Amino acid sequence: MSAAAELPQRTFGDTILKVDNISLSFGAVKAIIDVSLDIKERQVFAIIGPNGAGKTSMLNCINGVYHPQEGAITFRGEKRGQMKPHEAAKGGIARTFQNVALFKGMTTLDNIMTGRNLMMKTHWLLQALRWGPAMREELEHRRKVEEIIDFLEIEAIRKTPVGRLPYGLQKRVELGRALAAEPDLLLLDEPMAGMNMEEKEDMCRFILDVNEEFGTTIVLIEHDMGVVMDISDHVVVLEYGRKIADGTPDQVKNDPKVIEAYLGVSH
Amino acid sequence: MSKVIARAQSEDTLPKLLLRNAAKTPKQIAFREKDYGIWQSYTWKEVEENVRALALGLHKLGLKRGDKVSIVGDNRPHLYWVFLAVEAMGGVAVPIYQDSGAEEVQYVLNHAEVRFVIAENQEQVDKILEIKDGCPSIETLIYYFTRGLRDYDLPFLHGYADVQQMGRELDKAEPDLFHREVEAGSGDDVCLIAYTSGTTGNPKGVMHTHNSIITSAERVIEFEGLTPEDEIICYLPMAWVGDHFFFAQGVIAGFPVSCPESAETLLGDIRELGPTYFFAPPAIFENLLTNITIRMEDAGRIKKRMYDRAIDLARKVGIDILEGRSVGFLDRIRYAIGNFLVYGPLKDNLGLTRVRLAYTGGAPMGPDIFNFYRAIGFNLKQLYGQTESCAYACIQRNGDVRPDTVGPPAPGCEIRIADDGEVLVKSPGNFTAYYKNDEATAETLIDGWIHTGDAGIFTDEGHLKVIDRAKDVGKLTDGTLFAPQFLENKLKFFPAIREAVCHGAGRDFVTAFINIDLEAVGNWAERHNISYSSYTDLAGRDQVYEMIADCVDQVNQDLAKDSELAGSQIRRFLLLHKELDADDGELTRTRKVRRRIIAERYDPLIEALFSGAEEATIESQVTYEDGRKGMMKANVKVRDAKTHAPQRQAA
Repeated sequence: MSAAAELPQRTFGDTILKVDNISLSFGAVKAIIDVSLDIKERQVFAIIGPNGAGKTSMLNCINGVYHPQEGAITFRGEKRGQMKPHEAAKGGIARTFQNVALFKGMTTLDNIMTGRNLMMKTHWLLQALRWGPAMREELEHRRKVEEIIDFLEIEAIRKTPVGRLPYGLQKRVELGRALAAEPDLLLLDEPMAGMNMEEKEDMCRFILDVNEEFGTTIVLIEHDMGVVMDISDHVVVLEYGRKIADGTPDQVKNDPKVIEAYLGVSH
Repeated sequence: MSKVIARAQSEDTLPKLLLRNAAKTPKQIAFREKDYGIWQSYTWKEVEENVRALALGLHKLGLKRGDKVSIVGDNRPHLYWVFLAVEAMGGVAVPIYQDSGAEEVQYVLNHAEVRFVIAENQEQVDKILEIKDGCPSIETLIYYFTRGLRDYDLPFLHGYADVQQMGRELDKAEPDLFHREVEAGSGDDVCLIAYTSGTTGNPKGVMHTHNSIITSAERVIEFEGLTPEDEIICYLPMAWVGDHFFFAQGVIAGFPVSCPESAETLLGDIRELGPTYFFAPPAIFENLLTNITIRMEDAGRIKKRMYDRAIDLARKVGIDILEGRSVGFLDRIRYAIGNFLVYGPLKDNLGLTRVRLAYTGGAPMGPDIFNFYRAIGFNLKQLYGQTESCAYACIQRNGDVRPDTVGPPAPGCEIRIADDGEVLVKSPGNFTAYYKNDEATAETLIDGWIHTGDAGIFTDEGHLKVIDRAKDVGKLTDGTLFAPQFLENKLKFFPAIREAVCHGAGRDFVTAFINIDLEAVGNWAERHNISYSSYTDLAGRDQVYEMIADCVDQVNQDLAKDSELAGSQIRRFLLLHKELDADDGELTRTRKVRRRIIAERYDPLIEALFSGAEEATIESQVTYEDGRKGMMKANVKVRDAKTHAPQRQAA
């Protein structure tokens, strides 16, 4: 009897994020052409496609860095206008980046602490002085951050400046910072790029744990097909800005269009 | 300074002592654990409350007196409490090494007929679930960390906190049940079955009673003057009897037992906690020293000179100062300066400033390394014992510590050397029997004497000197005594050599397999501009062979000084292409060499060593951490070592 056999079927909630026919272009370059997505709560949702297919642009649209010229994005049933990235963050969308974007000179702990920044209520001057209520608030946030450190098993590097850490661990710290914002929707841009086998397996485990433990919806871009097919509930394939497939990993894997675009055609 | 509370005759089990501590010193810290970045403490009162809830919860789930309960996980206060809770209900704790593979776990669970398993986390739960079908005796599985286990909807699986909740409800309904159960326990009950890793065959379950553990622990407390003010950090596997022994000392003497946050943070945690009482196997002290040496090699010239001079001085007079012998005034002043500039900061860096009592044991330690620590004023002592004697047989006495002996018999212990040279031990910590293995019991425990299987001698001062495992000692074809472990230890004392296996019984001469120490040799390679891609690559380099040949040569020179040992000089050696690993079954979990398995697996290499071949090909199996297996093929070079004529003729 394996444990997996006993696990119940994965269930998802309502749509958390709906992307309706959006198009994005930079001058004459069309990055995204008429793409729709329907992401359910608690899903692990993968976006794949060859280089330049518009995957990162799609994430940038979702968290408000780019504003698509056409179409609409609905998050938690609310249609958004021109949203700024920090508004998206406040609304419960957090992300990590393709190339690690941490404060290299700061420790792991401080980096993750910055993820709590939007939730700090006390006046910045009190925070600077660590005075009264600010101190109490900081302790609360520190506890939360410690829980994340515990969760990601990075206790040993708590006080290490992230610039000195190996790449795989930096990625993990970045995930930690995104988690610190307690997001409902987590966008991961190639979380496993440049990792070795073991680091990838660890990262997969953490992504699944985040999803199970906190019920966070996860949208990820990834090139490692093994990883995508293993951990995703739903896969969307983009090519030259267009959506060419949309379905469960099994459906997508066997789609001839995907095989042609992504895996190459046998001649 | 508070004193150890004297133990009443009736307080003959650890749970009773827990109740005593909770009644007499409720506010004192009993356990600490680094968690969420800070040291979380639990007082004796809190511990009692937790243990009571857990014990009654287990009772509710059907735990009966004499039932076996397995504990598998890293050192955590909550898992130490399981020992207390199980013993309170009259159960028997069967701790399991947390890094054992599924097969090993299955063997122990079946052999001990374990009904309850308490696992630390999902990893361990998965391991148990994997083998559960093959372990019909298991009825209940309890986990401590809930993470990742939310969706495991299995009727026999319970959370630690839920079990405690059940216990609290039962406590309300039957308030004196807990006390009644604790009182029903007696010192003669078996409370622990410790499975020995064993270099041969299946593990054996060593049964200990409350008496054997408590009386021997009490002797140590008395002998070393431990008080409730002492601090200990417990980080070695809970399945090892020694760790249990230290934990028991904590409960008896009332000093807090602290657990590190994780294995990776251990060194930092030691530094923060500042233990006064410390145990580490020789390998850890060796690693620390190797790290220091490597860092000093990289240090600036002034620092390096200062360090070298101070260490030279310490090696000259440090031990005499530590043992209170007379030392010249000038040297004392120099030593004080050295202490201020080097020894003090060094100890602080290692987190050992407050240590007043440190033990090592389990394997022999190089005299150089041993003397280094003592020379810088660190009271390191060797301990000799086996799982069967509760790790209690010999302790070195303050002021009379020698690197090559393990000291005189500990208080209350008797030691005898049998006619064939085997060490026999009679200790207050003697085990009762091997669980369900009368044959082995009859072989080992004869008339109250444990036959340790170690070959040893008594020195003229009455100190025991352990030479080797008796069954490993052999003879060369010309009759020369061949004690492999003795030679291996001599080799391992070089920082560049991590592991060695010597061959020679029934052969014409002695040869050796050597594992280099990747860290030390890697650092050396870096400084000599030798680039390498992997362990295998580095171990195959000619320059590395030359360096190791120098080490072997020094060992041979050393052996040549002694006419009896001159014949067992190492003639040929090779550097293994992979590190010997417990996962591949080549070492035990406590890093002891399994000779038979190595001899079988590396037979072509042994043949090459004795045949005079220059190179040999070997295919061996490696097991990755996740249990996958792979084959590894390599060519290994064989080298001759210089040998020396005996310097003195036998009288």
